Amino acid sequence: MSARPYRVAAAPGIGRLIDRNRRVNFTFDGQHLTGFAGDSLASALLANGHRLLGRSFKYHRPRGVFGLGSDEPNALVGVGTGPLHEPNLRATQVELYDGLAAVSQNCWPSLRYDLGQINGLFSRILPAGFYYKTFKWPKPLWEKLYEPLIRRMAGLGRAPDGNDPDSYEHVNVTCDVLVIGGGVAGLAAAEAASAGGARVILVDENPRLGGLADLSDGEIDGLPLLDWVRARAELLARTENVHLLTRTTAWGVFHHDYVVLAERLTDHLPVAERRGRPRQRLWKVRARNIILATGAQERSIAFANNDRPGVLLSSAARGLIRRYAVSPGQRGVIFTNNDDAYHTALALASANVKIARLVDARGRPPADLVDQVEAAGINVSVGSAVTNVGTSGLGTEIVSVAISPYRSGQGRTVIEEREQADFVAVSGGWNPVVNLWCHNGGKLKYDEKLATYIPDLNPGNMRAIGAANGTMDLGSLLDEAYAAGEAASGIARKASRPRVSARDQSALQPIWFVPASGAYNEGHKHFLDHQNDVTAADVELALREGYRSVEHVKRYTTLGMATDQGKNSNLLGLGIISAATHRPIPEIGITTFRPPYTPVTFGAIAGANVGELFLPVRRTPIHDWHEAGGAVFEPVGLWRRPYCYPAPGEDRHAAINREVLAVRRGLGLLDASTLGKIEVKGPDAPEFLDRIYTNTFSTLPVGRCRYGLMLNEQGFIFDDGVTVRLADDHFLMHTTTGGADRVHAWLEEWLQTEWPHYRVYVTNVTEQWAQFALSGATARQLLQELGTDIDLSSDALPFMGHASGTLAGYPVRLYRISFTGELSFEIATPAGFGLALWELLMERGKALGITPYGTEALHVLRAEKGFIAIGDETDGTVTPHDLGLDRLVSTKKADFLGKRSLSLPHLAAPGRKQLVGLETEDPAVVLPDGCYAVETPLPQPPMRMIGHVTSSYWSPTLNRSIAMALIRDGRSRLGQVISFPLGEGKVVRAKIVEPIFYDKEGARQNV
Amino acid sequence: MLLITCPICGVTGNETDFHYGGEAHISRPASHDPAAVTDEAQRDYLYVRRNAKGIHFERWRCDRGCGKWFQAARDTLTMRFLATYRVGDWPPSDITALVPPGNPWHGVFHPASSGKAGAQDDLGRDGGAA
Repeated sequence: MSARPYRVAAAPGIGRLIDRNRRVNFTFDGQHLTGFAGDSLASALLANGHRLLGRSFKYHRPRGVFGLGSDEPNALVGVGTGPLHEPNLRATQVELYDGLAAVSQNCWPSLRYDLGQINGLFSRILPAGFYYKTFKWPKPLWEKLYEPLIRRMAGLGRAPDGNDPDSYEHVNVTCDVLVIGGGVAGLAAAEAASAGGARVILVDENPRLGGLADLSDGEIDGLPLLDWVRARAELLARTENVHLLTRTTAWGVFHHDYVVLAERLTDHLPVAERRGRPRQRLWKVRARNIILATGAQERSIAFANNDRPGVLLSSAARGLIRRYAVSPGQRGVIFTNNDDAYHTALALASANVKIARLVDARGRPPADLVDQVEAAGINVSVGSAVTNVGTSGLGTEIVSVAISPYRSGQGRTVIEEREQADFVAVSGGWNPVVNLWCHNGGKLKYDEKLATYIPDLNPGNMRAIGAANGTMDLGSLLDEAYAAGEAASGIARKASRPRVSARDQSALQPIWFVPASGAYNEGHKHFLDHQNDVTAADVELALREGYRSVEHVKRYTTLGMATDQGKNSNLLGLGIISAATHRPIPEIGITTFRPPYTPVTFGAIAGANVGELFLPVRRTPIHDWHEAGGAVFEPVGLWRRPYCYPAPGEDRHAAINREVLAVRRGLGLLDASTLGKIEVKGPDAPEFLDRIYTNTFSTLPVGRCRYGLMLNEQGFIFDDGVTVRLADDHFLMHTTTGGADRVHAWLEEWLQTEWPHYRVYVTNVTEQWAQFALSGATARQLLQELGTDIDLSSDALPFMGHASGTLAGYPVRLYRISFTGELSFEIATPAGFGLALWELLMERGKALGITPYGTEALHVLRAEKGFIAIGDETDGTVTPHDLGLDRLVSTKKADFLGKRSLSLPHLAAPGRKQLVGLETEDPAVVLPDGCYAVETPLPQPPMRMIGHVTSSYWSPTLNRSIAMALIRDGRSRLGQVISFPLGEGKVVRAKIVEPIFYDKEGARQNV
Repeated sequence: MLLITCPICGVTGNETDFHYGGEAHISRPASHDPAAVTDEAQRDYLYVRRNAKGIHFERWRCDRGCGKWFQAARDTLTMRFLATYRVGDWPPSDITALVPPGNPWHGVFHPASSGKAGAQDDLGRDGGAA
C-alpha cells in the first residue's frame, strides 16, 4: 500500500528517536511493513498510513492511536507468535524490532471489514448495563445461544498457544529511597537523595529517562530541558549508590512501603537475541521512603465522535512529530482549553504539517501564544469548541471537523462551521498520575485551578512531587523535588537550586462535555472511556436509573474498569456527573485506583515457581521403591502416596481389587510414613491430651494405644488418630497425613496462649520415622521369621498394644493398630532404616504372598469396616454424635476443646445428618462419591435433598458395592430405601443399613 | 505486605513469614468454669469479634522464626504496628491510652475492669477477666 506522506522530513527537533539509516521489518495483520530503528509500533504503523489500529470492545467502532504511552486506550495489539504471543499491548509502548509480528484485536474477518461493527447499529439498545435487562427470554436460549455468543464476543485479544518458554526472576531488595518516575522531578529528587550516600532506586516505565522533558519548553541553568535531563541521567548512571531501572513499571504499592516493579528485559529485542536472559524480572522493593514522580497525563474533552481514528491527545501528536517525525494526518485541527496545546501547534507547524485551525474554548487565551501561532500561519478561534467530526469509510477516516462558538453552560449547538481536516489534537488539561499514591490508602483532594485530583494525605512514607503532585511550574517543581530528595534521605543541608526559566501557564477553563447539534447532543457518541465504549449518555443513563454514587456509576457503566483503569476517562465522567447532578466535583469524589498500574504478566508473578518448582513435593524414604514397583501416585497434601500398584496388563480397578483381597486373604504392606507423628512429653501431657481429645487419655495405660477424635472449638471433627502412651509423661500422637502440620500448630497454640502453665513439649517427628502397616492373618508369623526381641504373642502384645525393641536388628516401635480390620502391626523405624526394612519385609514375605497395597485399597478396606476417614465422612460441619461416635465422647471430663459447643442448640437439635451405610438395590452399581439423596425423586429439580454419599467403593470382599452417607435422621431410617438422582433421568435406589459391612464383631483384628 | 518484627526473637520479616491469629485478648469461657458457660457466652466467644476502625489488638505467630505467638497493637486504617508484646501481657499502657471512645476496645484495658494491675490474662467479652 503506498503510504501518503505521514513521515515528515528530518529537521532540528523532529524525529529525535529514529535512525533513518536503519530500516526495521515487521508485520501487522500479516502485511509486511518497514519502520526505522527507534520507532514505536504505533509510530511505524502511522508512518505507513495505518491509522486504523483496532476495533472497540462493544460497538466495534474503528479506532486509532490516541495517547502517547501507557495511557493509550485504543491501539491494543497482540505481539508475538505461538507461545510468545502477548495480547492487549499498547502499540505506543511497543518498541519496534526486526521481525516483530503484530495483529489487531477484536475484529473479524479483518480490521477494516469487521462484522462486529453491526453492533454499532444497535447501539441505542446496547447502552451501559444492557446485559442486566436482556438475555432473559426465552429462558432455554440462555444456555444454547446467548451464553456461547457472549463468551465468544467477550474479552479483548487472544491467549497464547502452548506453554510459556521464557524464564522469569524475582528479586527482593531494600533501599533508602525509591523514586518512581524518571522525568525532571524524579531525576532531581534522585540526585538530591543520593548526595549523602543513601541507597536510591530510580525506576521508569519508558526505555529512556527524562519523561516529557523533550516535549516541554523551559531551561534549567541555561540548558534546554532535554539536555539537562541527559546530563542528570548520565550523572546518576555513574553514581554508585544509585540503581537505575528503565523499561520497568512500578505497578503496585502495598503496605509498609512495599512496591512491586516489573522489569522488561527482552521484549524489545528481536526474538533471536533474547536467549540466555530472563524475559522479565519482578522487583519486590521495601523502601524506607518513596518519592512519587509519575508526572501527569493529558485528558481529552468529550465531543461527538471524539473516538474516531485521527482524534488524539495533543501531547501524543507532539510526541509523534518530535520523537518519530510522524504526523497524525495531513491537515489538522487543534482543540484546547489550556496553553499547552499551543506548543503542539507550533511543533507541527515547524514540521510543515498543515494546521487548519486552533480552537480554544477560552474567550481570552494569552495574547503572546495566539500571536506566535498566527505567525506560524494558523488561524485561531477563541470561545469556540470542536463539536463533531465528519467521517468517511464507515467511520475510519475523518474528513471534516465541526466548530461552533462555545460558552460554558450553554445547551444545544446550532451554529456550526465545517473545517476540512483529517485529524484533531485535543487537550483538556492534565491529570497527575496518582494511581500509586492511592494504592495503599493515599487520599486525594480536588484542585480547582487544575480541575483535577491531586495527592492529599498518605499513610505510608510516600511523598509526591512535580506534576504528580499538581506542581506544574518548573521552578516550584524543581524546588519540591530537591527538597523531597533531601528529606527522604535525611540530608539536612539544602543544596543550591538551579536557575529556571519557563513560561508561566495561564489558567485553563474546565470543559468536559461539548454540546452538539441535533441528536448528537444526547451524548451517545461522546466517548469517555474508549476501552469499554462508555459514553456521556451512559453516565446520564446510570444517574437516571438511580445510580448516583460515583462508585455505582463506575460499576453500572464500567467507566474506568478497563485495562487502563480510566486514565483518560475518570475526570470526564466526574465532569458529566457534576453537570447532570448540579454537584461540584469535590462532592462527588473519585473511585479507587488499584494495582496493577498497567497489566502484569502471570509469568512475572510466578517467577521461578512453575512446573516442578510450583509446590514442594514430599516423598517417603520408600518412594523410589514404589516408583520402581509401578505405583500410581496420588497427592495427599504435598506428599506423594501410592494409590495402587497395577501389575503389567492390569488396570487400576483390577489392581485395587487384588490388593484388597490380598490383605483379607493373605498379607499386605502399606507405606504409612506420611501420617503425622507428634511427640507430646511432660508432666502435664496427660491432662493436656484430655483437653485436646474428646475421649480420655490420662487413663490410658503405658504401652497401650487409643483412637481419639479431635474437635475444633465449634464442636466439629477436624482430625483423628491413634495415640500411644510410651511412658507416664510421654505420648506419641498420630494424625492424618494432611493434618500433621496443622495439628502440631494447633497444639502449640493452645499450650502457648491458653495453658502456658502446662509443662508439655510437643515435637513434630513425622519425617523422623518410616512407618508401615503389615496387615493380614500371617502378619505375626512374618515378624517372627524376621527375628525380634519383642514378645509378639497376643497376650504380651494385644490389639491396641505397643512394644519397642528390634526387628531383624533394626530399632522399631510396634503398634497393634488396624485400619483394615485384619491382624495388623504398624512398624515404625527411624527414617534412615526405612527403605532397608521395607525391602527386607517384601523379600522375606514373598513366601507368604506379601502384596504392597496403596491408599485406595486401604480406603476400601476401612470402608468395609465402617471406619470413618477425615475429609470423607467429615467436612468441617460434622460432630461425633452425627457419626454415631458418642462412645468416644467423654461425659466425665469437665472440659475439652469443642465440648461446650456440642450442647449448643443447633448441634443438639434433631434433624441433623447422621452416618449410615448404603446397599444399592443393584449390587453392581457403585454410587458416585458425593451424590445427593432424596426421599422421592421427581422428573426435574428442585427436589428436597436429605443427604449425600461420603464414601463409595466396589468391595471385592463382599462382591458388591458399599457406601457410607450422611442422611438426615439417618439412624431412624434403617431399612428405608432412598433414591439418588444422577441427572438425565438416571436414579439409583439404595437401602439404608448400619455403616459396617464386614466383620461386625471386630474379631479378625483381635487375634 | 506488612513488615513485622517478632518481639520474642527480634527477627523482622514480611507478613508471609508470620501467621495471623485473629483478635487478641479473647477469654475462653470454658477454661475457667466449664459448667457455667451460657449459650450466649459460647456463641460470642466463637463468632463475635471486635471490628475496630483504628487501633486494634491481634495475635500473630512467628511462623518462620522462633515459632512463638505474640500480640500486636495495629492501626487498621494506617496499617502501622504500634506495639508488639508477649502473650499473657496487656498492651503497653501508653498505647491503650490512645484508644478513643467509639473504638470497641475503649475502656477494655482499664485496671479496674479486672481488679489486677500489670500483666493480665485474657478478657471476656464485657472487658472483665472471665
